[in-house]
Amino acid sequence: MLSINEIRRQFPILGSNEVIYLDSAASAQKPQAVLDAVHRFYTEDNANVHRGMHALAEKATVDYENARRAVATFIGAAKHEIVFTSGCTGSINLVAKTWGKANLKKGDTIALSVLEHHSNIVPWQQLAEEIGIILKWIDIDEDGTLLLDDFANVKLVCITGCSNVLGTTPDLKLIVEKAHAAGAKVLVDAAQLVVHERIDVANLDCDFLAFSGHKLYGPTGVGVLYGKRELLENMPAFMGGGMMIGHVTKEGFTTAEIPSKFEAGTPPIAQAIGLHAAIDWLSKYSWEDIQKHEQQLINTAIESLKSIKGLRILGLPQTGCVSFVIDGVHPHDLTEIVGRNGVSLRAGHHCAEPLHERLGVNASTRMSFGIYNTKEDIQKAVQEIKAAMQILKI
Amino acid sequence: MDLYAENILDHYRDPRHKGTGDGATVSKEEDNPSCGDRITAHLWIEDDVITKIEWEGAGCAISQAAMSIFTEELEGKTTTEVLKIKKEDVYELLGVPIGPRRFKCALLCLHTVKNALAPQSWLETVEIADK
Repeated sequence: MLSINEIRRQFPILGSNEVIYLDSAASAQKPQAVLDAVHRFYTEDNANVHRGMHALAEKATVDYENARRAVATFIGAAKHEIVFTSGCTGSINLVAKTWGKANLKKGDTIALSVLEHHSNIVPWQQLAEEIGIILKWIDIDEDGTLLLDDFANVKLVCITGCSNVLGTTPDLKLIVEKAHAAGAKVLVDAAQLVVHERIDVANLDCDFLAFSGHKLYGPTGVGVLYGKRELLENMPAFMGGGMMIGHVTKEGFTTAEIPSKFEAGTPPIAQAIGLHAAIDWLSKYSWEDIQKHEQQLINTAIESLKSIKGLRILGLPQTGCVSFVIDGVHPHDLTEIVGRNGVSLRAGHHCAEPLHERLGVNASTRMSFGIYNTKEDIQKAVQEIKAAMQILKI
Repeated sequence: MDLYAENILDHYRDPRHKGTGDGATVSKEEDNPSCGDRITAHLWIEDDVITKIEWEGAGCAISQAAMSIFTEELEGKTTTEVLKIKKEDVYELLGVPIGPRRFKCALLCLHTVKNALAPQSWLETVEIADK
């Protein structure tokens, strides 16, 4: 059983402001342990990594590589299968622009779901523009459940682990099995999923998995790409620069071994160390307790929101967030007004325009949850939504 | 104990088994791109047994002394035995503390000799136990 008060006390921003923060799907707040780790790195250990023989360089390198090990353990991967990137978007772009370019050709089909975030759509559309691959969309039913077809002739399946709008969680294990049976690889966008349930890539058997640090209570500016070793080894390098090379001559270059091959330039060192602290911090709590708590939040949200006249919840939310529309109220007006009283909700299409088009709505309002949220947060938000509707005279 | 212990400096100043490898069964060059250490191993192999070893190289004291010390262990071993040598075995031979900033210097000897016998990446030669 989680003590939410004890958890909340560890988040300075939740104590110092009158904040009802219900926007963790956009970015989660950071516990003191993460802030301390980043601060400690800059005040005590700051140096570049893999580039010096002095003591600070060694400490920075060890800490950075320990962060990689922590991420690997967290998701059940091997250490060299973890590439640090700038974020989930950076990770997916890396796959599209290296594995994609090297393994896909004109006329090849990749499948992606209508649930996807733009970061798991646009890199593939760019590749379609560039080399002529074909994008096959996986549709959903009214509940937001994927309507899975077989993956015949599909080379890659790009799928979210949890919709950032509907809060629905596709059956990843089934999708991986079906994809592999058809000879397709699978890339999982775990940006939302990673903070809500345990991920084990070895068990899931996905080929790539991407997520960001900042939605996992860690710093912005760092993301993770997991890739199976054999795939990473056979992919061309992404950005060129220091660290990713074996040798450079006037004639050309050779690449470093994985994962350095994909980490050109000075990596996000402090951020990776902060992410390590976030993982250690989150790991103090059991997934079972976290999921139980967050499930209660979702249930409370669904129940309370349903009491609002003219409000319709989109899909059947399972994990992380609840999105809704209210007749006659634009989400931007709603979130602006409730925001004045400290309630942080998100409005718009949440970087998922094709999904909103499929749902037949221009925009929605999203309430999303972190480990630190309480039923009182939700009740306050619902009160403020009702008050805002009064102001808008709906 | 200091990294620059007497045995390390002794092998660095007076490396054993240096030679250009004329007539060797197999020769293989490997390097450490980040710091420029470079080693070529020349192995004479008869009936799967290493009967003689010579080497050439340039680089830091640790990488060169480690190769010199390592070569003293190889003659008479089968190739299978050599491929099973672990990084911990090399550390033990060197007898000095090898930290994270010098492990590639210290293990270039192992990486080079193993590659002379079978091509493999650093992940196989030294870090596989580090998964």
